[in-house]
Amino acid sequence: MDWKRFGFIALIIIVLFSVVVMVGQAKQPPLLIVTSMLATTIAVATPLTLGALSGVFCERAGVVNIGIEGMMLTAAFFGWLGGIYMFNIFHLPPSVSIGLGVFFAVLTGALMSLLHAMLSITFKVDQIIGGTVINILAVGLTGFLNRQLFFGAGSVFGGSVPSSAGVLPTIHIPITELFSSVCGTSATCLQNVQAINRVFDQKPIAMGAVLLVFLSHYILFNTRWGLRTRAVGEHPKAADTVGINVIKMRYANVIIGGMFAGLAGAYFTIESVPSFEPLLTNGRGFISLAAMIFGNWTPIGAWAASLVFGASQALLINMQIFRDVIPPQWSFLQESYIVGLTPYILTMFILTGIIGKTTPPAADGVPYEK
Amino acid sequence: MQEEKQSNSLTRQILQSISNAGLVPFLAILTAVVLGGIIIAFVGGNPFLAYRGLIEGSFGSTKALSETAVWATPYIFAGLAVALAFKGGLFNIGAEGQLAVGAVFSALIGYALPEWLGVDLPTIIHLPLAILVGMLMGGLWAGIVGWLKAYTGGHEVINTIMMNYIALNTTSFLLNGIMKDRSPTNVIARTPLIADSARMPAIFDGLRVHWGFILALLVAFFIWWLLNKTTLGFEIRTVGLNPDAAQYAGINVKRTIILTMILSGALAGLAGAIEVTGLNYRHELGFSIGYGYDAIAIALLGKSHPLGIVLAAFLFAAMRNGATRMQFLTQMPVDLISMIQALILLFVAADAIIRYIYRIKAKGERVVLTRGWGG
Repeated sequence: MDWKRFGFIALIIIVLFSVVVMVGQAKQPPLLIVTSMLATTIAVATPLTLGALSGVFCERAGVVNIGIEGMMLTAAFFGWLGGIYMFNIFHLPPSVSIGLGVFFAVLTGALMSLLHAMLSITFKVDQIIGGTVINILAVGLTGFLNRQLFFGAGSVFGGSVPSSAGVLPTIHIPITELFSSVCGTSATCLQNVQAINRVFDQKPIAMGAVLLVFLSHYILFNTRWGLRTRAVGEHPKAADTVGINVIKMRYANVIIGGMFAGLAGAYFTIESVPSFEPLLTNGRGFISLAAMIFGNWTPIGAWAASLVFGASQALLINMQIFRDVIPPQWSFLQESYIVGLTPYILTMFILTGIIGKTTPPAADGVPYEK
Repeated sequence: MQEEKQSNSLTRQILQSISNAGLVPFLAILTAVVLGGIIIAFVGGNPFLAYRGLIEGSFGSTKALSETAVWATPYIFAGLAVALAFKGGLFNIGAEGQLAVGAVFSALIGYALPEWLGVDLPTIIHLPLAILVGMLMGGLWAGIVGWLKAYTGGHEVINTIMMNYIALNTTSFLLNGIMKDRSPTNVIARTPLIADSARMPAIFDGLRVHWGFILALLVAFFIWWLLNKTTLGFEIRTVGLNPDAAQYAGINVKRTIILTMILSGALAGLAGAIEVTGLNYRHELGFSIGYGYDAIAIALLGKSHPLGIVLAAFLFAAMRNGATRMQFLTQMPVDLISMIQALILLFVAADAIIRYIYRIKAKGERVVLTRGWGG
C-alpha cells in the first residue's frame, strides 16, 4: 500500500468528516461529532470490510469471487431464520438463539462458497459467470423461502413474521472508567473521554471485523499458510511442483472467504437490525470488491478503502440527525438519493486506477489444469 | 450414389450440430424443472399441478399466449443486449440500469415533448422519437462503462453494477421529484401518462401484445446479421475472442469496445423504451426489477445466438406469465419461478455438471466469456 493511496483515503475521509462538523457544530461540540462519526463509520463499514476480506482470501488463492453479494444475502437470511427457529420453535433463550444465528450465517456463507469453489475449481466454470449464478440463486432462494416459510400454505408461523430474538449487544470498553481519575474534577475532560469512548464501544461483529483485518494480514504475509495461498494464486504450477496441493489450498481459501461473507451477512440481520427484507445487501458485496481492488488485495488496504465507503454512509446518517440545523446552502446533503450515489461513483473513480494502478494476483480467475 | 451419401451426411451434420447446441440447454432445463418439482413437493405442494398451472397460464389460451409474448418482448431485447456484449468479450451486468434510463427518457419525451413544443405531434414522429431517445440514453449509459474499460481498464463488471445503482438512485430522485405524476390521487413514484401520439398500437384488438414484439423479432434478426455479415460484427467478435490478435490485425480495439458497450446499452434502452411506449405508457419505479439478471440467464441459455435468445426469452416469459396461474392452483409463491430460473442458469453456466450427470462428452474448446480484473 503506497502513500498516494493512503493519502487519498485520508483526504476523502477528512473531507466527509469536515462537512458533518460544519453542519452539526451548531448542535454538538466538534469532538463529539467526530467521534460519533468515527463510531458510525467503523460500524457501517463492517460488511464491506468482511466482504473485502472474503475477496482477498479467494483471489489471493486465484479464484475471482463476484458472488460475495449473494453469499452475504443468503447468510443474512439463514442466520436470521435460524435465530427465529431457535427462539420461537425450540424456545431457546434469546442470547443462545442470537449466537446460533451467527453460527448459521457463517455456515451458510461456507456452504455457498463451497458451491462457488466446486463451480470454479472442479467444474472450471467461468468464474465471473459462476459468481453471477450465485448472486441470482441467492435472490431466488431467499425471496422464495421468505415468502413460502412465513406466508405460504401450512406455514408453521401462521402467515406472519414472528419476532426475532433481537440483536447483538454493544460491548462497552471501559475507557471512561479507566481515565476518569486522570480528569479529576474537570467535567469537560470527562465529557471528552466519554466521547472518545464511543469510538470503541462497538458490537461484536464490528469489533471482530477489525481484529480479523489484522489477523488476516498477519496470516497472509507472515505464515506458511499465507505463503502457500499466495503461491497458488500467483503461480499454481510452481506451487504444485514444490508439493503444495493447489486444489486443496484453493478450496480452503474460498471457503474461508465464504465464512467472512457469512459473517458480513450476520451483520445485517443479527447485529444491525433484527429483520430481513429481500435484496437488503443492496450492492455492498460489489462495493467490497472495489475496496479489495483499491486495497491492492491486502487486508489492511481493503479495510482502509472500506472505511471511505463507511464514512460516506455515516455522512448520510448524520445528516438525518442534524436535519433541523442544516444551513440552506448545505440542504442538498439531505437528498439521500443524490448523496447516496457517493459510494458508487467513488467505486468507479477508484477503478479507473488514477490513484495508482493495482495488480491482481497473476493467476486470478484462471482454473488450474495440471 | 456418392452425392446422395454426401448430402445425407451433410443433413446429418446439420442435425447433429443443432442437437449438440440444444442438447445441454435442454437437459439443463429438464434437470432444473425436476429439481424445482422436488422443491415444490418438499414445501408441501403438488409439483404436477404446479407445472400444469404454469403451462396453462402461459400457453392455455389466446390471451395467455398474448401475455407470454408481452413478457417475452423486453426479455428478447435485454437478452440480445447481454449476448452482444458477450460476443465482444464484455460482461454487461448493467442491462437493468440501461433499461431503466431508457424507459425514463422515453417516458419524458412521451409526455413532455408536446408540452415543450406547444403542438401535438403526429405518431409517425413522436413514437419513433420517444423510442430513439430511450435507445440513445441506454447506449450512452453503457458507453460510459465502455469508455472507462477502453481507456482506464476499469472492469466493466463492477462498473455496470455501480451504474445500475446510480440509475436506480437517479430515477428514484427524478420520479419522486420533477418527473412525478402530479395527478391528485397519485402517491406512487411514477411519471405522467405519455401522449397518445407516442403509444405503440396493439397488434390485435383486445389483446395486449403490441408491435414491439414484432420489432423484437426483427431486431434479433438484425443483430444476427450485424454480428455475422458485417465488418463491425467481425470486429466485435474478433476483439471478443482475442483482443491482442485483433490489435495486431489492425482493428481499433478501444473503439470496438466502446461501440460494443454502446450497442449493448442501446438494446437494453430499447427494451425500456418499448415497455413504456407499448405497454405501460409511463415509467413506474421498480417495474424492471430483475430484468437485468434474467437477461444474463437468457443470453447464457440461448448461447448468445439471437435465435437461441428468442427461444430462451419465450421460456422465461412463459414461466413468469404462467406463475400467476400456478400460484392460484397450488398457493406456491411466484418467487418459486426465480428459484427454478436460477437453477436453469446454474446448470447452463456449469454445463460440466450436466455433462457429468448425463455422461455427455465435451466437444471443442472452452469458450472464454469474461476476463479477470487485469483488463
